[in-house]
This record gives sequence, structure tokens and C-alpha cells, in this order.
Amino acid sequence: MKTYDIVIVGGGPAGLAAAVAAKEAGNDSILILERDHELGGILNQCIHNGFGLHTFKEELTGPEYAYRFIKQVLDLGIEYKLNTMVMDIAADKTVTAMNREDGMFQIPAKAVILAMGCRERPRGALNIPGYRPAGIFSAGTAQRLVNIEGYMPGREVVILGSGDIGLIMARRMTLEGAKVKVVAELMPYSGGLKRNIVQCLDDYKIPLKLSHTVVDIEGKEHVTAVTIAEVGPDRKPIPGTEERYTCDTLLLSCGLIPENELSRSAGVKMSPVTSGPIVNESLETNIPGVFACGNVLHVHDLVDYVSEEAKRAGQNAVKYINSGCKEGSNEEVIEIVATEGARYTVPSTIDLGRMDDLLTVRFRVGDVYKNSFVSVYFDDERVFHNQKRIMAPGEMEQIILRKSQLEEHDGLKKITVKIEKE
Amino acid sequence: MLDVIVIGAGVSGCAVARELSRYDINVCVLEKCSDVCEGTSKANSAIVHAGFDAAEGSLMAKLNVEGNEMMDQLSKDLDIPFKRNGSMVVCVHKEELDGLKVLYERGVKNGVKGLKLLSKEEALELEPNLSDNVEGALLAPTGGIICPFELNIAMAENANVNGVEFRLNTEVEDIKKDADGIWHVRANNGEYKARYIVNAAGVYADKIHNMVSADKMHIIERRGDYCLLDKEVGSYVSHTIFPQPTKYGKGVLVTPTVHGNLLVGPTAIDIEKKEGNNTTQEGLDAVISKASENVKNLPMRNVITSFAGLRAHLERHEFVIEEVKDAPCFIDVAGIESPGLSASPAIGKMVGDMLKEKMGLKEKAGWISTRKGVKSTEGLSIEEMNALIKENPAYGNIICRCEMVTEGEILDAIHRPLGARTLDGVKRRTRAGMGRCQAGFCSPRTMEILHRELDLPYEKITKSGGKSNIVIERTKGEESEA
Repeated sequence: MKTYDIVIVGGGPAGLAAAVAAKEAGNDSILILERDHELGGILNQCIHNGFGLHTFKEELTGPEYAYRFIKQVLDLGIEYKLNTMVMDIAADKTVTAMNREDGMFQIPAKAVILAMGCRERPRGALNIPGYRPAGIFSAGTAQRLVNIEGYMPGREVVILGSGDIGLIMARRMTLEGAKVKVVAELMPYSGGLKRNIVQCLDDYKIPLKLSHTVVDIEGKEHVTAVTIAEVGPDRKPIPGTEERYTCDTLLLSCGLIPENELSRSAGVKMSPVTSGPIVNESLETNIPGVFACGNVLHVHDLVDYVSEEAKRAGQNAVKYINSGCKEGSNEEVIEIVATEGARYTVPSTIDLGRMDDLLTVRFRVGDVYKNSFVSVYFDDERVFHNQKRIMAPGEMEQIILRKSQLEEHDGLKKITVKIEKE
Repeated sequence: MLDVIVIGAGVSGCAVARELSRYDINVCVLEKCSDVCEGTSKANSAIVHAGFDAAEGSLMAKLNVEGNEMMDQLSKDLDIPFKRNGSMVVCVHKEELDGLKVLYERGVKNGVKGLKLLSKEEALELEPNLSDNVEGALLAPTGGIICPFELNIAMAENANVNGVEFRLNTEVEDIKKDADGIWHVRANNGEYKARYIVNAAGVYADKIHNMVSADKMHIIERRGDYCLLDKEVGSYVSHTIFPQPTKYGKGVLVTPTVHGNLLVGPTAIDIEKKEGNNTTQEGLDAVISKASENVKNLPMRNVITSFAGLRAHLERHEFVIEEVKDAPCFIDVAGIESPGLSASPAIGKMVGDMLKEKMGLKEKAGWISTRKGVKSTEGLSIEEMNALIKENPAYGNIICRCEMVTEGEILDAIHRPLGARTLDGVKRRTRAGMGRCQAGFCSPRTMEILHRELDLPYEKITKSGGKSNIVIERTKGEESEA
């Protein structure tokens, strides 16, 4: 098997953008490994529009957005293998993969970019009681059946969870002629984008019941009804608030989990908050030369940010190789701490020596905050204080750090990001 | 006309069918579901019990210990994953320590080998994640774990290869005996005639029994809820950890599974509803709280699925394996609750021996005693994988990413005797869909394979037969292929 400098695991939006950026940064030895039969990842089943407003200043569908990058990959002659499953990533960056034609093969890489994306939380992990009949789908599986395979899972639908895929599927199922009876959300706020609530639920008069969950699933062979109930502040169902909906389909959109089994077995350290790798300013994990980007790193709200982040991962992988695979210094490392409303940051450390002039730090908040401030402290000094009308867990936030500003702050050890009332 | 009809293709029915397949007779198994292993046999603790729990002198105790002893050879013959990981009964209340001694003595009398009482320290050394309150334990090294699906399916396949016919989707509605002493079994799809009937209908064994006997039987459906945890925490304990038994059974256990998951359960709730295998919030909550009494800090955030099974419980809590007094040539195999899975090979043998004697059966030449399972690619070296892929490229195509199941394995599961016809059928034969994403990723891909290989329209692909179809129709504007 041929060897490559950079192996990119995953040919979705993150992997594609990382590949293009690495090639443009001057590396000609790149291989993308994709398990599906085409490039593009989950975007291929996202046939609705609304992608690319930030990147291309126009509204594209998922496949159109993906194709912008696929075309670059093709034009640049970047190599890729489809229908290829990565079986293992070793700590020494040997990637083991398999497909029908090549069999099982190993590639010793100088750098590996993790771009595996995420998966949906299944019913089992939610501990929803009741029967286990046909008709229960994670929203993304239903989206694939409808948009790619061309089949309807059912006609009367209840959706649990208001993640973006669930909201998008509420509209899709409605447009396909199904009746979406209700969307129940366990939390007192939606996990999805505001614009999706407006465009996918409100516009079609689909009720969204916050602080509600499914307490029973009926139907021995196929779903026949679902009962939802209101939950209290402890998120436990309140007796007496049950409402029963007859339906043949229950869609679940209850959270996405970065798909890090390969990363974990390679020895990549994980953040318990994001379930993604802990990375430094270069989006590099604790294993030098292993980078991460996109939803495998942390679940994003917009694909534009995935592309932007992946671009940096691709560039940094090339920098790493060009430096002779030199490890970052552990001396001048500045820690970034998320606290008081900010759940995490990506990245979580900065090596000033390797930092670009500008560094985007992304994070999410843990609750809905109105008219609150995003504050950044350099050690104990507040250096940034910006009021935002609304912040919600469903949307990512960002701050941009300037290298010169960090350098001016002598002996900077810790940057703190928090949400403040005033 | 048939010689023997076996009603029910669960683990008991299939064990009986396999034993009968040794003889030169016509045997047919009638099963109301779309696959074998669809009832009690598919949802249980997947344990091969040592045999210290059943009452001394009971048939349950005898067949448990016998079945346990048969399991090593059977698992080799039929290529079933089986491991003697050892069972441990844990005592967390000092005043109940005597109970362990009672179990120990009963076990010795039942013929269980290698039993040992452990001190707190010895128990904790073997299992560091036991509760801090542990006072002592009983160790049973012969306790084991097995894949119940494979045990059931393997016996069915082996019986089938040896000439036993299986009629799936066949529900028995009535049974009558004619003047010549021939049984007429009326089913939803026709009439079957036979000289003998074996009733191995699980929770329906009472319904079937009551069709032929005036001495009515009543099976109580005793539900057990379970939680299955990710392989990531599959070695949280290495032995099967039981609490001390109560009158409701062996209690909530924590055990590794033979495939490397962690299983926690079951509850024991009498529901008197034959299809009532729905979990409840109370049940799932009870699983967690009860298990936590014996094992500390259970990693319940790693739950990947929960399910419930039904025990076919008889008031007298004993296996009933006998010819029905007022219905000659009708054999009950009823009340097969725990340790039914462990006892199943011995149950099969017992019924086989009974009929051999009654019917004067002769062993036939050329009986095939072994069966190869679906070839698993797990643990193969790169060279072995490449040899396999060269021979059949489908082994290079991963369909289930969580359990790393290849298309080759799924094709094998579909095209073998009594092959898979449903998503659950594929799942139980290959583990595709059994992992942490619970088939979110592989179900459309498995559907594509079922569609292609069986020429099944998508709308007719089901989760587990009946009305459990996955999709209902083409989206608007698309022509149906059907």
C-alpha cells in the first residue's frame, strides 16, 4: 500500500475542507478515507437549504454545499477511497482500514486528521420505557430513508427532542404528506437553532412542548401510540400531565455524540463535556500530529463553522509535517477555562509560539441567557466584555483572540471565558 | 402425516427438535413468530446457571446441573460462544450470611461442583467493584455466560439440517384428536396431523395445554426488565454477580455478556399478559437501584438499550416435562423459566429419551452432530482478513460500524438454513445493530441487503415479522418497485 503524509478519516464536510486546505498549504500526499459510497457525509441527506450563508454568502442545500468542496477535492487531484472503513488508528499514526477491493491495509501516516463526525443518541440510551416495536427512528436515520432511499417511515409522527435534525424532519415529513402531531423537548429550551424552530415548526403550526418527554410507547409490532408528559425541574415526569398521541412513527432527536471510538483506542484524551478530543490552538490532540475538526471534535450548529475549523486543522497538519513533525512546547502553554455558564471551549490550550495572529475560540452556553455578557479574563483581569441579547445552548458562540494581545499580557497562564449578568 | 409436532421454536422447542432429529421420523416445529428465538428465549439473563439455586431434588435442579455440564461439548459442536466466567452470590447484610451457607449446601446436594464460600476480602479481591457493604459471597466457578440467540438458533439450524421442518408464522389455534388417535392441529395457515405433540410454547404453554386437557394449567407471565450497557464498560465485573435469591427468583444480577457488554437485570413483576414485554419506568428504576446494592457506581450512563422478557412461571415453580395424563401422546414442556436456558440441552435430551422409548425410535444413519456458526471476523489478523476478502469481497465491507459486522457475515446469516428474513433476524445472527448506535447507522444498509438478496420490496422488510415493517411506502413522486 502507498504511504501518505496525511490521512483524513472521514469524507464529510470536515474531512473535505481539511483536505483542500492541506493541499493548498502545499502538501501533495493526502488520502481521504470515507466509509460511504460517496463523499459529502451527512450533507448528502440534508436536502433542505440554508447552508453556506457565511462561507459562500448564499443559501445552498446540503448536497450543493458538499459539492463545492468535493469539486475542489477533485480539481486538486486529492486522493480518496470510498466504501472504506477505518478499523483502527494506532498511537504511532498507523491507520488500518478495509474495503472490498484493497482488503485490509495499513498506512503509516505522518499526520492524521480526525473528521468522523457524530452519531445520534439512540432510544436505548434515553431509557424511554414501553414496547420496542418498529416505527422508532433516530431523526437522521429517518432522514436517510426519506431523502436518500425514498421511502416514508410512517404517516403520523411524534418527535422527541428538538435538535436541528428533528426540527428539519418535522418539516420534511410534513412536506411529504405526513402529520407531525407534536415535538416534545425534555429541556425548558430547544436544542436547535431558532431559525429552524420558526421555519420548520411555527410555519407549519406544529406544537413544540418544552419540558416534556415520552413516558410510554405502545404497539407490540409497530408503534400505535406515544404518551408524553410534562417534566418538573428534576426532569422527572409529573403524574397527571400525560397526553396520548396515536401515531405510527416516533422520531428521536435527542442529542449527537461525537464518534470517537477510533480516537479513544488511539489514546486521544477526551473532554467529558464535548465527548470530543481535547485540543490545543492547532486543533491538535494530546498525540502530536493527530488533529481533529468538525463534529467529531464538538457538535457544531452550522456547517460553515465546520469548514472553517477543518481548514485550520488541514493547514496545521501541513505546518506540523513541514516542521519535521516537531511537537509543540509544553512551556508557554496558556490554559483556557470555561466556567459560569460557558460549558467548554475549543481549543482548550494555547501554545503562544504556534498561535496564528488571530484565533477563534468556540464555545456553548449551558442555559438560555438574556441580555448577558460574554466575558474573557486574562488571569484575573477582564479584557473582554460584550453584551448579547440572547444566548442559547443550541447555538455556538465565539470569541476571537489576538496573538499580540496575549503577548502583551506578561506571564499569562490562564484565560477564562464566562457568562456574566453585568 | 407427521410423527411429532413441536409447538414453539424457542430454546426448549429447538432443543427437543434437535434431539428428535437423531431419529428416523418426520418432525415439524410450528412457530407463531417470523423467526426462531422470538419469545422468552430472546430476552433473559444469558446465563448458564451453576445449579445451586433450584430446590433440592427438583427436576429444575437436575436438568440445570445436567444442562450446565452438557454446555461445553454442545457449544463446541454447534459453534456457540460460551464462557465459564463463574457466578458469585453476594451478601451485603451480615444477618443474611447464613443464607449463603444454605445455598452452598443446597448446591452441593444438587451436584454443583467447585462451590466456595468467600470472605469479604476474597470477594473484593476477585471483584473490586462490589459494594463496600459486601459481607461475603458464594463462588460458583461452573456458572457461565452464553449467547441465548446463538444457542437457540444453532439448535434450530442443526435440527433443520437433519431434516426437521420449521413452519414459521404458524400460530396454533386448536388441537383435536381423532378416533384413530391422530392429533389434528389447526393453525392460521392450515392443518397439521401428527402422532405426538410436544408443547414447548413458552408463555403460551398453558393455552396449548388447555386445548387438550381438562386439568387446566395457568402460566403467570413474570416480567423482567433489563438494561444493556456499552462494551466500553463490559469488564466492570468479570463474574456474574447475583444478590441472594428471594421467592421471586434470583434477583437483579450484574454480568458481563459473552459478547463483551454489561447486562443488568432483571426485575420480577407478575403481569399476566402474554405479550406484555414492555419496560416501565418503575421497572427500569428498580433495575438500577437493586443492582447498585451489590455493585458500586454502576456506569448507568453507558446504557445502550433496555428491554424486558417474560418468564413462563408456574405457581409450583417447577419444570413440567411429562405426558399429559388425560391426553396421551401429548408432552408438556411447560413452566420453563430460569434456569430454562441453562437446562435446555438436558430438556431436549429428556424429551428425546421419553419419545425414543414410547415410540420405539431408531437412530438414523448420517446424523450431523455439528454446525458452524456465521463466520465472525472479530479478532482475525490482517492476513486472515485478506484471505477471506480475496475469497469473498463482501467480507471487506463493514455494514455495522459499532459491532464491525461485514456484509459477508450478513449474507451468511441470510443464506444459511433457517436464514434471517428480518432486521432482528440479521441482528441475532450477526450482531449487526446490536451496538451502541442501536442500528441507526446500519438499518438502511441491512435493508438494502435484505431487499437485494431476498427480492423483498422495501415496504415488506420488517423488524421482526408481522406488522413491524420499517417503511410504509415510496415518498411522493417515486414509483414503487413492488
